Amino acid sequence: METIQNPKSAIENRAVRELLLGNQAIARGAWEAGVTFVAGYPGTPSTEIIETLAKRYPDTDPRWSTNEKVAFEEGIGAAIGGLRTLVTMKHVGLNVAADAFMVFPYAGTNGGFVFISADDPGMHSSQNEQDNRYFGQMGKVPILEPSDAQECRDFVKAAFDLSEKFNTPVMLRTTTRLAHHKGLVEVGPRQEVSRREFIPDPRRFSVPIYRKALRPQVEERLEALREYAETCPFNFIEHADGKVGVVTSSIAYQYVKEVLPETAVLRLGMTYPLPAKLLRDFCARYETVYVIEEGEPFIEDFMLSQGIANIKGKDLFGVIGEYSPGRLREALGLGSIPQPFTEEIVLLPRPPMLCVGCGHRTVFAALRQLKVTVAGDIGCYTMGALPPFEAEHTTFCMGASIGTAVGLEKAGHKKVVAIIGDSTFIHSGIPPLIDAVYNSSSLTLIILDNSTTGMTGAQPHAATGQNVSGQEAPKLNLVSLCKAAGVENVTVVDTWQRKEITKTIRKAVNHKGPAVVIAQGPCVQLPEMKYRDIPPYTVIEELCTQCDACFKVWCPAIKRTNLNFPVIAGNECTSCTVCAQVCPTEAIVLAEGK
Amino acid sequence: MNKVYSLMFAGVGGQGSLLIAELTSIAAAHAGYDIKQTEVHGVSQRGGSVETHVRFGQKVHSPIVTPGEAAAVIALEKLEALRFAHFVNPETGIVLVNEYEIIPGSVSGAADVYPHESIEYLREKGLNVSALPASQMAHDLGDGRMANVIMIGALSTQLPIPEASWQKALRTRLPSRYLKGNILAFATGQQALQKEPMGG
Repeated sequence: METIQNPKSAIENRAVRELLLGNQAIARGAWEAGVTFVAGYPGTPSTEIIETLAKRYPDTDPRWSTNEKVAFEEGIGAAIGGLRTLVTMKHVGLNVAADAFMVFPYAGTNGGFVFISADDPGMHSSQNEQDNRYFGQMGKVPILEPSDAQECRDFVKAAFDLSEKFNTPVMLRTTTRLAHHKGLVEVGPRQEVSRREFIPDPRRFSVPIYRKALRPQVEERLEALREYAETCPFNFIEHADGKVGVVTSSIAYQYVKEVLPETAVLRLGMTYPLPAKLLRDFCARYETVYVIEEGEPFIEDFMLSQGIANIKGKDLFGVIGEYSPGRLREALGLGSIPQPFTEEIVLLPRPPMLCVGCGHRTVFAALRQLKVTVAGDIGCYTMGALPPFEAEHTTFCMGASIGTAVGLEKAGHKKVVAIIGDSTFIHSGIPPLIDAVYNSSSLTLIILDNSTTGMTGAQPHAATGQNVSGQEAPKLNLVSLCKAAGVENVTVVDTWQRKEITKTIRKAVNHKGPAVVIAQGPCVQLPEMKYRDIPPYTVIEELCTQCDACFKVWCPAIKRTNLNFPVIAGNECTSCTVCAQVCPTEAIVLAEGK
Repeated sequence: MNKVYSLMFAGVGGQGSLLIAELTSIAAAHAGYDIKQTEVHGVSQRGGSVETHVRFGQKVHSPIVTPGEAAAVIALEKLEALRFAHFVNPETGIVLVNEYEIIPGSVSGAADVYPHESIEYLREKGLNVSALPASQMAHDLGDGRMANVIMIGALSTQLPIPEASWQKALRTRLPSRYLKGNILAFATGQQALQKEPMGG
C-alpha cells in the first residue's frame, strides 16, 4: 500500500492517489465514511478489509468475531445503537449470517449499516459459486456493485449515506477479481460522524407481534429505492450510438470497455432494486443488447420479466466461472485466444499441498494408516483428501465435520473421525459437538489446533490469546470447552510426535463414547515459526542405509540424489523432526550452524 | 492512442513474483501511468503456481491480461515459463525466463517428466525468449532470493518506464536492510539483458 507521488496528478491538481487492493480501498472508504464499528470473520476474498482496518485505521474499531452471524448481530446492535457500522464476510459467510440478516431490514437501522458480501466466481478458494445478489433481493436491501478499486472506496462511502437515507442495511457485493486487484485510488480525509441517539422502540426492535406492522414498510422502502435506482449516480450510460448496446455490472464492465470500447453501455452500479424504466428505455434504442454479468442471470431475468426481449446474455457468455476479456472476445466471435502450450511437452501441474513441516501431515498419515472414515471441514486440511494422504472423505461447509460424522456413524460406519481446525471449531463446531454427546455418538473429534486461522493467512481467534490488533485477549480453553460439552475423553498431543499422534488417535477411535484429540502445534506460516533461528535437518549419507523410511513421511523437502540417497532441502526444512523420528539408523540430524 | 502494456509475472509460491509485479506497478504509477494489477494463486501458501497480471497505460480497464497480448512474460522458473508463455504477444512480446527449475513437490514422479527443455521448445514455437541464470547470478551476489529483482532489472530495459521510477519503486517498497543488495541486483539484470542478443 504505497502512496504514489504522481507527477501527472500534481499537474492536474488531483487528490493523493494510492495503489490499493479492492479490499484496501473498501477499508479506506469505510474509514473516510466515519465508521466506528467493524466486525467480520476471515474468508477469502474478504479478509484484507479487516486486516487493513486493524493495521491502518484502528479508529474504526475492527474485530474478528466468532463467526459471521455473531459479527452481523454485533453490527446490528452497533448500528441501531447509533454507530456507522461495517460487517464483512465471504459469500458463504452470509449463509451463516442469514438468520440475522433476514430480519434486520424489517426494523431498519439507525447509524449506517453496510455489509460486504465477497463472492467468488471461479471458486478460487471456496466450496461453491453462489451469487449473493439473490440474497440481497430476498432480504429486500439495496445492492451496490463497484467495478474497480476506486469505486470500492467511493461506493462504500456512498453506501453509508444510502443506508441512513433509506433507513436500511446496504449490501456491497464484490468478487474475487475486484477484491484482489490493485488500482490507483483517489483518497480523502475521514469524515467524523457522531453517534446517533438510540431510541428504544419495542415496535421496531423487539416483540415479533409488531413485525406484521413493519412488513408494509419494507415494501414502501423498496418502492422508494426503485424510484431512486432510475436516477442514482451508480448507474450510467456511455456512448449512445450504434445498433448494439451492452448492459453490464461489477468487474465485467471493465472487460466490456476492453473488448467493445466504442459500444453503448448501461453500467449498473446498483443491481437491486433494478431500474425498470432505465433498462426499457436503453434497450429500446438498440437492435440487440448484450447483458454481460458474471454469475447468475440476475439482471437478465429481471429484464425478461419486464418484457425486454432483444437481449442476449447467459446463452452466449455462460454462468460458470470467472469472466475475462478473452472469454467475452471468444463469446462475441471477435477472435480466438491462444491456448497453453501442451503439444509434445508435459505441462506438469503444481497442485496445492500442505506446507513442508505442517502439523496436519502427521495426523493425516496416521488416519491413512488407521483406515477410518474421516469427515473433514473447511480449512487447509481439506488437502488431506488429496494424494499422498487421501485420508479425508467428506467436506461440505464450516463446522460440518462433526454432524456429518454423526450421520455416517448412524449409517453404519463404525470408526468415524471428524477433523476440524481450531478456528473452524470455534466458528461452528461447538453446537454439533454438544449434539454428538447428547445423542450418544461415539465419534472421535480431532481438533487441528495450529493457533491461528491458517487458510486465510493467519488471523487470530478466541483461542489464540490475541485480538485483531495483536493485543493480548482472553484465551478460550478448548479442553475445558470440550469437557463442558460432556466429552470425558479429551487428550492433547504434540502434533509433530508421530508415534504419539497415531497411538492417541487409535485409542480415541477404539474408545466407547465420544473422544476428542487436540493435535497441537503452531502453523508454520506464523511469524514465530517462520523466523525461528533453528538449523534445518540434514542426512549423513555414511549412516543412511537407503531404507526409504524417511520418504514415507511424504515431506516435499526430502528429495532424492542421483545415488539414491535422501537429501533435505535446507531452505524448505522447518525442523519439524518427523523424518528424524522415523530414521532407524539416526542418519538424519540437525545441520551444524546455519 | 491509449497503448496499454500487459505483463505476466509467473513463478512458484515463495519466489517473490508478486513482489516484483508490485515493484513494476509502483514504478509505472510513479511514471504517471494508470495501472491495474491482479494475482491468481491457489490455496497453498508455498509451492503452487503464482501468476500476477500487471497492465499499465494512459487508461487501463481490465486488470486481467488476455493470452496473446503481453509485452512480456516474466517467469522465475522454467516450468512456469512454459505454463504462461501463451500470454505473450507472439509478434512483439518477449518471454524472460530465469533458468531455474523447481520440481513440483506434490506430484509423485515429477522429476522424471519435468520439461527441462522448455526454453528451447518455446523458441521452436517462434517466441522471442531471453533466458538468464538469475538465480545463479543472485547467488553470486550473495543472496539467491534476489533472482526476482534481477529479472525486473532485465525487464526494465524493455519498458517505457524511466530509470528514476524504478529506483523510486525499489526504495519505496523494499526494506532498507535489503535495499543495497537489490539495487545491485536490479543493475545486474539490466546489464545482463543488454548484453544478451535479442531474439531466439
